[in-house]
Amino acid sequence: MRPLTEETRVMFEKIAKYIRENLQLLVDRPDGTYCFRLHNDRVYYVSEMILKLAANISGEKLVSLGTCFGKFTKTHKFRLHVTALDYLAPYAKYKVQIKPGAEQSFLYRKHVLKSGLGRITENTSQYQGVVVYSMADIFFGFRGSSKVYSRLQKSGPHGYFGVSSSRHWGICAARRDTDLGWSSQDLFAV
Amino acid sequence: MESQSVEELLAKAEREEAEKLQRITVHKDLELEFDLGNLLASDRNPPTVLRQAGPSPEAELRALARDNTQLLINQLWQLPTERVEEAVVARLPEPLTRLPREKPLPRPRPLTRWQQFARLKGIRPKKKTNLVWDEVSGQWRRRWGYKRARDDTKEWLIEVPGGADPMEDQFAKRIQAKKERVAKNELNRLRNLARAHKMQMPSSAGLHPTGHQSKEELGRAMQVAKVSTASVGRFQERLPKEKAPRGTGKKRKFQPLFGDFAAERKSQLELLRVMNSKKPQLDVTRATNKQMREEDQEEAAKRRKMGQKGRRKGGRQGPSGKRNGGPPGQGEKRKGGLGGRKPSRPPAFGGKKKGAPHQGGKRKK
Repeated sequence: MRPLTEETRVMFEKIAKYIRENLQLLVDRPDGTYCFRLHNDRVYYVSEMILKLAANISGEKLVSLGTCFGKFTKTHKFRLHVTALDYLAPYAKYKVQIKPGAEQSFLYRKHVLKSGLGRITENTSQYQGVVVYSMADIFFGFRGSSKVYSRLQKSGPHGYFGVSSSRHWGICAARRDTDLGWSSQDLFAV
Repeated sequence: MESQSVEELLAKAEREEAEKLQRITVHKDLELEFDLGNLLASDRNPPTVLRQAGPSPEAELRALARDNTQLLINQLWQLPTERVEEAVVARLPEPLTRLPREKPLPRPRPLTRWQQFARLKGIRPKKKTNLVWDEVSGQWRRRWGYKRARDDTKEWLIEVPGGADPMEDQFAKRIQAKKERVAKNELNRLRNLARAHKMQMPSSAGLHPTGHQSKEELGRAMQVAKVSTASVGRFQERLPKEKAPRGTGKKRKFQPLFGDFAAERKSQLELLRVMNSKKPQLDVTRATNKQMREEDQEEAAKRRKMGQKGRRKGGRQGPSGKRNGGPPGQGEKRKGGLGGRKPSRPPAFGGKKKGAPHQGGKRKK
């Protein structure tokens, strides 16, 4: 387990796609010191208290700590995981709400057609990172949009909307049913 | 009245006595076995009470513990006591139970080089006296060590030997020789130790060839020799079946796990600030789209005006000719295609052209 080096830049760029300036609020929190730590190529967002507890567990036995934000691939690219959603959703700049009918298809990694789109933030540009919500405002994923918001007006009901970049549909499906009070601060040890 | 109260008092005292006795006497079917040296009491009574208790026999366990402890303490009070600094202390007897070893048995150490040699030759250690008569000082002195009997470094007069250089310092020579002997002895001791623990001797292991070195020492010497070239071993070839040495390379250092959180936070915020400042405030795509849209609107308005005039004047082609320059050009992909023809437009086009203004099709968030 170690702090991030120049990898922070790569990670921040990825996260900033979804939450832009609000990333500052993640780094600098009024209610406690939270930090990012790297363990086994995965980045965890963890409070200082839990970090100190986790330091007592040997590296090979430690499975996870805090919230996993994502991982660095072998070629050092950062891939954001759906477990980061708890922290992305409140600060998301661009939101998309999809209709109940389209929820299932979204969760099974299909693209979202325009007909399945409920609401969308104004001024969403093309390939913008958006956070996807259901009509009941439960967030369950994040994607990149493939069309510009203004263009959507012109396309008919079967216009193409969302492009999948997320492989975490299994966890997304679980989120739908559970309460938002799911704690991601559990510390695992083997 | 008084007699009654006295009787009451006596009865009360008796009751209290009985209670105390009850508290300190414990009835057990089988007597406990005591090992007072270890403060151990073994209870061999069958645990029927515990078995009869429910899933959590807390109270029964506690009662059992209390009873057994009471018996043990009773035994302790029977031991001979003494007073140590205002405390009454019981002297415990020798422990009866033998406790198992804490650590495993030490394995036999390998013999040192001298011991091996002595065994071979059959040399037995001779019993020597501790003190030797020293003629020079006229007293009994140690055989070796501090103020020993024959210490040649402490002589005050040394004759220069026959063939030696007269300018040579004989005293210094003797001191030097002593130092070398000490160093050699120390080296041999460490080597024996290393051999016993099969450990590598630090730094200079194997670098002083003595002809009888262990495999590890030789390996290490070989590694050191390999790296001792002008290019620090980069062009040294390996033998056909020799494996590459592991663990060579610079070890990368990272920040400590919890160092200064405030400094970390500050550097991250700084990074964010730099990142945000680098992003252009103006979204070039949208700006160009907007500009193009405005221009098209202007042209459309002009065309409409011209068209009205043209209808009156009988269909002139001028303005529509001008208009023809527009749409085909606009239909092209804009990536630098119109750079030559319309220099007023900025060269970086990215998005699609928006011909019509926004309709209120979707609810905006």
